[in-house]
Amino acid sequence: MLYLFYLFAVISVLSALMVVAARSPVNSVISLIVCFLSIAGHYILLNAQFLAAVHIIVYTGAIMVLFLFVIMLLNLNKITEPSKTLTTRIAAVTAGALFLFTLLGALRQGVQITAAKEFDGSTGLVKSVGQSLFSEFLLPFEMSSVLFLSAIIGAVMLGRKDRTPREDAPTHPAPVERRTKKIPA
Amino acid sequence: MDGMMTAIRVIPLEHYIVLSFILFSIGMAGALFRRNTIIILMCLELMFNSVNLLLAAFSAHHSDPGGQVFVFFIMLVAAAEVTVGLAILVMMKRNVDSVDINQLNRLKW
Repeated sequence: MLYLFYLFAVISVLSALMVVAARSPVNSVISLIVCFLSIAGHYILLNAQFLAAVHIIVYTGAIMVLFLFVIMLLNLNKITEPSKTLTTRIAAVTAGALFLFTLLGALRQGVQITAAKEFDGSTGLVKSVGQSLFSEFLLPFEMSSVLFLSAIIGAVMLGRKDRTPREDAPTHPAPVERRTKKIPA
Repeated sequence: MDGMMTAIRVIPLEHYIVLSFILFSIGMAGALFRRNTIIILMCLELMFNSVNLLLAAFSAHHSDPGGQVFVFFIMLVAAAEVTVGLAILVMMKRNVDSVDINQLNRLKW
């Protein structure tokens, strides 16, 4: 079991590094999908079966397809890829490494974590998560539908073509008038 | 099924904590490292996922399904965030014809 954990951990860390390092955005998306699949493997190891299924459906199925769709739509590739200066890159890597060392240092000083409840094997199953979701967290669940509604409206508003023409926009030729047949009264 | 039950007890919680720290740091460094807006959004997703993994690990460790419900809600928020973020990205590409985050500097000073 520990070997499976290490396997998934190595896959997820390497593919996360590939997301940052890949030159082409499509390669980044593919490695992020691999990373998400390995995290789904971690969920299965944690016996969180509901989360594993939802994670694969929502992230790999919906969100990453949306990313891929937008990349294809905008025609992004290696040539159009903007890159930062070397100084900024070194600063970014240093900042990330220092952050990691800070977190690990905090973990070394940390308190002993003991389980709050007695071990229950059915924690992550659909039944227990569903019971918790629809009794204890029913109001947040209903509120999330309002969040989705506002997200849909926001996306439509933002994605709509701007009606006011810009100054530098090319002027389109006047629309050809349609010949209409006069209907005798 | 029985093997899965023992897996939670075999793998120490610290392993999951360290893994999620590493993933979060990679996501944070990536958000600073890249200039492509879509990659920055992807690094945000990576950070979301590391937090989700930590929540799920603690939830399994404490045998409390509340943490996993929380992960569910984070997924919902991430989906909404990505929808709006990608709409902004498409609008940005249409208006300034670039996905470079440095193009959006008019509110800087």
